[in-house]
Amino acid sequence: MTGALALGPVQFNWPAEQWRDFYLRIADEAPIDTVYLGEVVCAKRAPFFQPHLAEVAERLAAGGKEVVHSTLALVMTEAEMDLVRELVADETLLVEANDLSTISLLAGRRHVVGPFVNVYNEGTLVYLAARGALRVSLPAELSGEAIALIAEAVRDLDVELEVQVFGRLPLAVSARCYHARAFGLHKDGCQFVCGEDLDGLAADTLDGEAFLAINGTQVMSHSCCNLADDIAGLCDAGVGRFRLWPHSFDMVAVARVYRELLDGELEVAAADDRLNAIAGGLAMANGFYHGQEGRAWVGPAA
Amino acid sequence: MELVCPAGTPAALRAAVDAGADVVYLGFRDETNARNFPGLNFSREELREGLDHAHGAGAEVYVAVNTYAAPGHPEPWHRAVDDAVALGADALILADIGLLDYCTRRHPEMRRHLSVQASAANEQAIRFYHQEFGVRRVVLPRVLTVEDIADLIPRIPVETEVFAFGGMCPMAEGRCLLSSYVTGRSPNINGVCSPASHVRYLERDGRLYSQLGGSTINIFDDGDAAGYPTLCKGRFKVEGEAGYLFEEPTSLNVLPILPRLLAAGVTALKIEGRQRGRAYTAQVVAAFRRAVDACGRGEPPPEDIDLDGITEGGQETSGAYRRDWR
Repeated sequence: MTGALALGPVQFNWPAEQWRDFYLRIADEAPIDTVYLGEVVCAKRAPFFQPHLAEVAERLAAGGKEVVHSTLALVMTEAEMDLVRELVADETLLVEANDLSTISLLAGRRHVVGPFVNVYNEGTLVYLAARGALRVSLPAELSGEAIALIAEAVRDLDVELEVQVFGRLPLAVSARCYHARAFGLHKDGCQFVCGEDLDGLAADTLDGEAFLAINGTQVMSHSCCNLADDIAGLCDAGVGRFRLWPHSFDMVAVARVYRELLDGELEVAAADDRLNAIAGGLAMANGFYHGQEGRAWVGPAA
Repeated sequence: MELVCPAGTPAALRAAVDAGADVVYLGFRDETNARNFPGLNFSREELREGLDHAHGAGAEVYVAVNTYAAPGHPEPWHRAVDDAVALGADALILADIGLLDYCTRRHPEMRRHLSVQASAANEQAIRFYHQEFGVRRVVLPRVLTVEDIADLIPRIPVETEVFAFGGMCPMAEGRCLLSSYVTGRSPNINGVCSPASHVRYLERDGRLYSQLGGSTINIFDDGDAAGYPTLCKGRFKVEGEAGYLFEEPTSLNVLPILPRLLAAGVTALKIEGRQRGRAYTAQVVAAFRRAVDACGRGEPPPEDIDLDGITEGGQETSGAYRRDWR
């Protein structure tokens, strides 16, 4: 199998020091090819890690990683738009656009289209590739069958496909902050309560089933996506890059499992065992890939 | 302000037109639109008759083709666009970039509106859809305040349509995979959210559990009416505290802020509810007709309009239009 590994942007509101140290370790130790950096959920958090951004980007590049700067998924205000414009103004940067506004600012320039943009078919992909998309990270709910059909249709185009294979999945985004709401606060005056939950805050059903996780204005899966069993199929379909979403547990170890898997040095069952141990009992899911509800776990065929 | 009203059936279309709708919007009976519910929507022949009825009464018909085309076989979506144009629909409501591109190349003269499912919430994104696909109106996502909308309108070269009454998505529309995560059925792909096929009501220890995809979305005490388990209107537990984490079971109603929307320069008001019956449609449309006409004359909204009987759980909200909703 051939395939590159990517690390998505940290979706959570981590303390700035922890954010910095996380990436410095990735730069030095993780077998990862691409690292996405930047705030995609809530513009209010961006100032915290901003002072460390240049250093982190430099160290990642020195460690041989491709650095991509990710942008907000939901842009509503001029202040949020300005944040995006500032980033895009530096033409030396490779940018991941997570909203059509950002794609329009990047027209004619090489860029990545992120997983928060609705790319569900080859018609959309062909259009975006013609405007400068060199890579498209596909939405989480696409099935393996849909991914293969899209890949087949764009085989002759100069555009790479990326798929999310590990971590809690982004499921929804809102103008409302659910983290603040859960604590009786509003988005204005939120006291940054989202910073308390390094991997999101569990939301359970009334009868106690683990159900979803909230992360500020974002809703995430409770389960951890894990497509280790399915990565061979994705490679066959022509997917070139695989995205891991950062968590507070050992992401270098997660990256090693996926690297060994792609290099043919690890069996799928052993990969699952190691990932389960690393993720500390977080339930695994691969339902979207199998065309089922996203939270389902479909084991390997007997 | 133009009044854009829902029709899930030919009877609802006639009811909406007769009650004073300026425009009726509808979809074909398949997965090409975002209200792909059993027993709803229009055949090609029903659209032809609906267009005759609406046009005869001076009203228009918009056709929503606002799900995302399936990879490898976009034909049903292309046919929906082609047929709506051929039958003489007044506008198409689209979300998928691939489909907007198809429609722009194939039917350049057709009037195109951007569906709320495209989630275009800022000037730059709206300009993009206008420049690239000649979009002439944007249906704004329910994430902006009235102040945001008033700010936005002078800066964009297209008309705006805003949600006025009915269902209340707390998430940015078109970017929500919650239904898909829990049931495998998705608004963007299948045109459904929290579908009835996955709903179950269970009685246990004298309480009623409403479930979606086998998970409990809410629990009601004996005697209370059990609400439909729309995922984002459920009660969940966070750190031991139970509550409506995302949104209460409530209906959007902009009647109290109608003069402010008019002053902001909004072109059209959209009433949600293609899944509703014709009696509901007639009542809401008639109420909004009176209110919009009063506003147009510079009068306050009439005080005797009562929509309490048809709001969800008897509750209503002005939702994201107020900043403190966030």
